[in-house]
Amino acid sequence: MSKEVLRRLLTYIKPYGGYLIAALVFAVLNVTLTLLAPVLIGQGIDRILGPGQVDFVGLIPILIELGASILFASLFQWLMTLCTNIVTYRTVRDLRCAAFHKLNHVPLKTIDKNSHGDLISRVVNDVDMVSDGLLQGFAQLFTGIVTIVGTLVFMLAINWVIALVVVLVTPLSLFVASFIARRSYNMFREQSAIRGELGGYVEEMVGNQKLVKTFRYEGRAQSHFEEINSRLYDCGVKAQFYSSLTNPCTRFVNSVVYAAVGIIGAISAIFGHLTVGQLSSFLSYANQYTKPFNEISGVVTELQSAFASAKRVFDVLDEADEPADAPDAVFMASCEGDVALKHVSFSYQKQVKLIEDLNIHAKPGQRIAIVGPTGCGKTTIINLLMRFYDIQGGEIAVDGTDARRITRDSLRGLYGMVLQDTWLFSGTIRDNIAYGKPDATDEEILAAAKAAHAHSFIKRLEKGYHTVITEDGGNLSQGQRQLLCIARVMLINPPMLILDEATSSIDTRTEIRIQKAFDKMMEGRTSFIVAHRLSTIREADLILVMKDGRIIEQGRHQELLDQNGFYATLYNSQFAAEDAG
Amino acid sequence: MFQLVRYLKPFKKQVILGPIFKLLEAILELIVPLVMARIIDVGVQNRDVSYVLKMGGLMVLLGIIGLCCALVCQYFAARASQGVGTLMRNDLFSHINRLSHAQIDEVGTSSLITRVTNDVNQLQVAVAMLIRLVVRAPFLVLGAAVMAMILDLKLSLIFLAAVPLIVLTLYLTMSKTAPFYRTIQKKLDRISLITRENLEGVRVIRAFSRQKAEKERFDEASDDLAGSAIRVGRVSALLNPLTYVIMNGAIVAILWFGGMQVNNGELMQGQIIAFVNYMTQILLALVVVANLVVLFTKAAASAARVNEIFAMTPGLSDKGNTLKAPAEGAPKIEFKDVCFSYLGEDGEEALSHVSLKILPGQTIGIIGGTGSGKSTFVNLIPRFYEATKGEVLVDGVNVKKYPFEQLRGMTGVVPQQAVLFKGTVRSNLLWSNPDADEQTLLKALKTAQALDFVEKLPQGLDTPVVQGGKNFSGGQKQRLTIARALAGNPDILILDDSASALDFATDAALRRAIREHTEGMTVLIVSQRANTVKRADQIVVLDDGEVAGIGTHQELFDTCEVYREICLSQLSKEEAAK
Repeated sequence: MSKEVLRRLLTYIKPYGGYLIAALVFAVLNVTLTLLAPVLIGQGIDRILGPGQVDFVGLIPILIELGASILFASLFQWLMTLCTNIVTYRTVRDLRCAAFHKLNHVPLKTIDKNSHGDLISRVVNDVDMVSDGLLQGFAQLFTGIVTIVGTLVFMLAINWVIALVVVLVTPLSLFVASFIARRSYNMFREQSAIRGELGGYVEEMVGNQKLVKTFRYEGRAQSHFEEINSRLYDCGVKAQFYSSLTNPCTRFVNSVVYAAVGIIGAISAIFGHLTVGQLSSFLSYANQYTKPFNEISGVVTELQSAFASAKRVFDVLDEADEPADAPDAVFMASCEGDVALKHVSFSYQKQVKLIEDLNIHAKPGQRIAIVGPTGCGKTTIINLLMRFYDIQGGEIAVDGTDARRITRDSLRGLYGMVLQDTWLFSGTIRDNIAYGKPDATDEEILAAAKAAHAHSFIKRLEKGYHTVITEDGGNLSQGQRQLLCIARVMLINPPMLILDEATSSIDTRTEIRIQKAFDKMMEGRTSFIVAHRLSTIREADLILVMKDGRIIEQGRHQELLDQNGFYATLYNSQFAAEDAG
Repeated sequence: MFQLVRYLKPFKKQVILGPIFKLLEAILELIVPLVMARIIDVGVQNRDVSYVLKMGGLMVLLGIIGLCCALVCQYFAARASQGVGTLMRNDLFSHINRLSHAQIDEVGTSSLITRVTNDVNQLQVAVAMLIRLVVRAPFLVLGAAVMAMILDLKLSLIFLAAVPLIVLTLYLTMSKTAPFYRTIQKKLDRISLITRENLEGVRVIRAFSRQKAEKERFDEASDDLAGSAIRVGRVSALLNPLTYVIMNGAIVAILWFGGMQVNNGELMQGQIIAFVNYMTQILLALVVVANLVVLFTKAAASAARVNEIFAMTPGLSDKGNTLKAPAEGAPKIEFKDVCFSYLGEDGEEALSHVSLKILPGQTIGIIGGTGSGKSTFVNLIPRFYEATKGEVLVDGVNVKKYPFEQLRGMTGVVPQQAVLFKGTVRSNLLWSNPDADEQTLLKALKTAQALDFVEKLPQGLDTPVVQGGKNFSGGQKQRLTIARALAGNPDILILDDSASALDFATDAALRRAIREHTEGMTVLIVSQRANTVKRADQIVVLDDGEVAGIGTHQELFDTCEVYREICLSQLSKEEAAK
């Protein structure tokens, strides 16, 4: 509902109430002076009656007054616009920041399930639409309302009968406008939604250009894009046409008003109730009085479009936050590294059970390797350890404290995490390594890069540590990106470590060296490793073999081989399967 | 901006008729003050009520005709502006699809999205305004001026004096604000970039608890944008008041000089009123012009950004290439002394002097350290990049001579990053070959070791895939991407380290299945794992962009130091020697 949207928008405008009031004051001053002008012009005309009947002495002061009122009217108009600009752009900035802030606080589920392109479109395009709407809205709504009130007063002072006619007829235009606006709101909403869909599609296709080219998908992508685009066209034409009806319709109402004033005014003048000068001012007023209705009705449609966009932004803001930390949650700066999963159950979708009654106990300093066929829930365990997703049953305890009783930030700070998915942001290599510790010294960064064996390739780059990583990281190979992600974790020196296929794109010789650096760093610290490489797994203190969300075997490498169970089959299969072929 | 005018062409009818109807309306509007003057000068002077009523009726009639004209114009404006935007977006998208990866990287995905959506929107608004107002407003100004001249030439000189002042004001504000608008769009790009990064990197950001810092980064960008907008607003806000001052100054002059003329009997009172009316009308029209100027300055910034994309000529082109038949007896793939650098001829070489022949049906393993040039090597075959020196031949024909459609149709690539697209499992598999039947898809899934888990999904092939395929695990995604490439039944299959997330049993089964089910397919396997490439017909060992050795496992193990080191770092002695 647009009323609800308006109410919420107002709460964002509130902090700039001062500017808003100033704008209103300037609007009143501007309009009063603007309205004074026709009176003065009318008075001036009444001094110019005919040949030899021009009162120049009386005319001069009137013209001076007129000049002064014009100058001040302009000044106030400028000041008013400045104020509305500030209100609009700051409000919109706050709205944008709020939306962004929200994205950093929603559960990961929300981000995973929504189209990123659409979310970006909300933060960029929709907020922009709100800004356009508000800007127009303020500028015209203010002067509009003040002008209506002002002209009414002036007209009533001159002749109340004609004033009454104007008052009665003009609101017709508001009726027309609101009728149109109600219909166009929905169209604008649809338009914004399709625009978001389009943005999402561009994001997906442009972001994965290589695949598009590989599969010669350009043609099909194009036709899909054109399909969305043509829907946008249909909807856009409708929305634009409907909303643009307002102006001609209200203008028509105005010309009727103008004609009515002309006729009644002329007849009154014939019967001597009105001077010709007064009639002239009246006609000016009729014009000036109806104009704001015209503009307000225009604004109404502009606002409909803004509201439709604002609604989409508010939808983001209405997403539930990650549940707040428990009131008695502790801040855990460091830990021994005793992690226990007790009877944990979890699933992404209610119907599809994933993890049930999972029990793991990692003792301080242990290296835990998690293996199993793909899709068995290895990555999910990491999601749960980091509390990216919350468990649905059981308990995860760190040093005996339930993870839910530890603040999320401090819990996550206990783990250093390197994922297969190598995320870097578009900044320098130095800033990327220092991501977890922005105040790190150059020596620390150098040491971390060396430990991650990233130093040698970085120093070969033209700008070394100041090389800017491009948005899609095209200037680095997958393996190099992984090395940077590892350096990033090396730098923060966390008490526990999570490695999810962290070295999958790195050659094994480098990997072994990195492993050694990790070993040194992790001495006596707990680590969780998801990997397929034997070298990593073989030396683990505890190997957990997972299948279908359960742990089916656990032990050391040799023990498991001796058991001759699933792990042994898995391990031997790499040779067996190959040789059988 | 003018390069984009061609988009108006298909909408000639709307673009010409729209303003004409608007003009009709404007003419009617101009007649109204005349009618009013008649009412005062004839009706009131002669105390003729029926004349007043008649003229009043005429005014209403003019209003109705005006309404109809306006509606027609609005309709044309909606059709044309949305149409222009739609065509432009289509062309932009198709042009972006032709750009090379390096070019897209240069502009950045976020900026491309902003350009396709936000910038085109701005242009769309400009077109609508063009049709609705660009003729009408200047016409009203001109018309009013002409009418005034007809009324009295001497007094109308005041209009002529006001015009240069107005033009100067417009010019000054326009030239002052234009550069700002470009910056503003650029700052909007940054907003979109940070948002995108935060969505993609949400796990890392939260793991490092950097939400606050990210928020600050965003706030700063957002602040910056608001600051620029407010600054530019300060200048553009001058436009209206200045116009107001100039035009009302003219009214003062009209009253004074007009008064003199009335005194001399050259003019009548009603005519002065008409003059003032025209002046007011001009003022209103000029306010519209001023707003148009702001709008077009903004649109010009957007147009420049859109044009920037159109101006990028695709780095690689297959223009004029015709279908090629394979050369008799040629190797499937041949590298002839190939060098490649990402930075052009003088840049540091990512590959140097690679020569190699691959026979049809062979399986080739490519192994080497991080950054050794493995991916670069395979990227040259479907011509994602082009050799800086030397030649890459497929079926004995230089890859530059193939149409992309044919070349890339022959090659199936499974990239490192397993990306699935929004849709269903089926729609993803159909990427490589839209006409593939159920049988082909199932076979591809089976070979890719993905049939088991896909069959277990409640909706099977029709299971929805969310954007980026986040509802599948890394290993599942990789297997689906392999199946996707297989479904196209390519001559050449390139697996670019695309089994890294598979456990070793699945990995082994996969290779076996590929060998068994893909008769005659030439397979290139890029891998870090010695085990994966061990049984290949030929293994290419790359080290720092150079070929360190080519041969079978046994040959290389005995002669190639780099290869031996890799093997020994991964396998036990017995395993390596097998």
